[in-house]
Amino acid sequence: MREDTMGAIMFFQEATPDTSGYMIAGYVITFVVLGLYVVSMILRNRNYQQDMSMLEEMEKESAKVQVNPVSKPAKKKAKPSPKKGRK
Amino acid sequence: MKSKPLALKILDAVAVILLLVAAYLAIFVAPTERVMGDVQRVFYFHVGTAWVALIGFVFTACLSVIYLVTRNLKWDRIQVAAVEVSVVFFLITIILGSIWARPAWNTWWTWDPRLTTAAITELIYIAYFMLRQGIDDPDRRARFGAVYALIGGLSAPITFFAIRLFRTIHPVVIAGTNAEAEGTFSMTADMRSAFFFALFAFTVIFIDLFWNRIRLGETQDIVEQLKLKVTM
Repeated sequence: MREDTMGAIMFFQEATPDTSGYMIAGYVITFVVLGLYVVSMILRNRNYQQDMSMLEEMEKESAKVQVNPVSKPAKKKAKPSPKKGRK
Repeated sequence: MKSKPLALKILDAVAVILLLVAAYLAIFVAPTERVMGDVQRVFYFHVGTAWVALIGFVFTACLSVIYLVTRNLKWDRIQVAAVEVSVVFFLITIILGSIWARPAWNTWWTWDPRLTTAAITELIYIAYFMLRQGIDDPDRRARFGAVYALIGGLSAPITFFAIRLFRTIHPVVIAGTNAEAEGTFSMTADMRSAFFFALFAFTVIFIDLFWNRIRLGETQDIVEQLKLKVTM
C-alpha cells in the first residue's frame, strides 16, 4: 500500500488501516527527545561542577597571595665555596 | 553545591515510572481507533505534552510579572527553567502532531491555524534564548527576558483557542463545541483513562524536570559569580 494514498483509503475504508509504524515512530521520538534533554542537563551540570571546583582552587590561590603578598621563595644558603689558594 | 534532595530523587523515579505506565496504557490498554488505527495512540502523549507546555508558557508570563515587580534574579532563573522545559515538551507536541497528520491528513504539515500558531509559539520561545545569549549584563538580560516572555505569553492562549476561534481541520478534544472544528472524536472509557493518566504523568514529569532545571540554574549562577570574583 502506498503511503500517499493512506488518507484517501482512510476516507473510503472498510477496515482499520495499519498505521502502527507511525505510532512506533511517535513513541520512539518522544523517548529520544526526553532522553536527550535529560542527558544535556546531566552534562551541563557536570561541566558546571568541574568549573566550580577549578574556580574555587583559583580563588584559594589568589587568597593566599593576598595574605602574603611579598612572600618570595626563600634563598638557599650559599655553600661556602672552597677558596683556592687559601691555606 | 548541595546534594540532590531526597524528595527530588523520589520524584525522578516516580516520573520515570509514570512515563512508562502512561505509554503502557496508551499502547496496550486503550482500544485501537477504528478509522485512524494505531497512530491515534500518539494522541495521548501529544495532548499531554501540549497541556504542560502551554501551561508552562503562561506560567512563564506570570514569572515575568513577579520578576519585574521584585527585580530578584531568583525569579529570572525560575523563568528560564520554565521556558526551557516547556520548549522541549512543545517540540514533542509538534513532532507527534506531524506524525499523526501524515496518515490522517495525508501530509506531514499544513498551514492550519492551530499548526501555524503552535509553530510561531515554539519559535518565539526559541528566540527567547537567542535574545538572552546576546546580553551580558545579568540584570539587563533578566529585564529584557521578562518583558519578552510576558508578551510572548500571549501566544499560548492564542494557540489553545485557535481551534475554537477559527475554521480548522484540527480536532477539538477538550470542550469541543464548535461545529466548524472538524474531526472531533469521542473517547471510550479505556481511552479516557489513558488520556487523563497521560495528562497527570506529563504534569509530574514537567514538575520533575522543572525542579532539576532550577537547580542547574543555581549552579550556573554560582559559577558565574565565582568567575567574576576570580577575574576581579
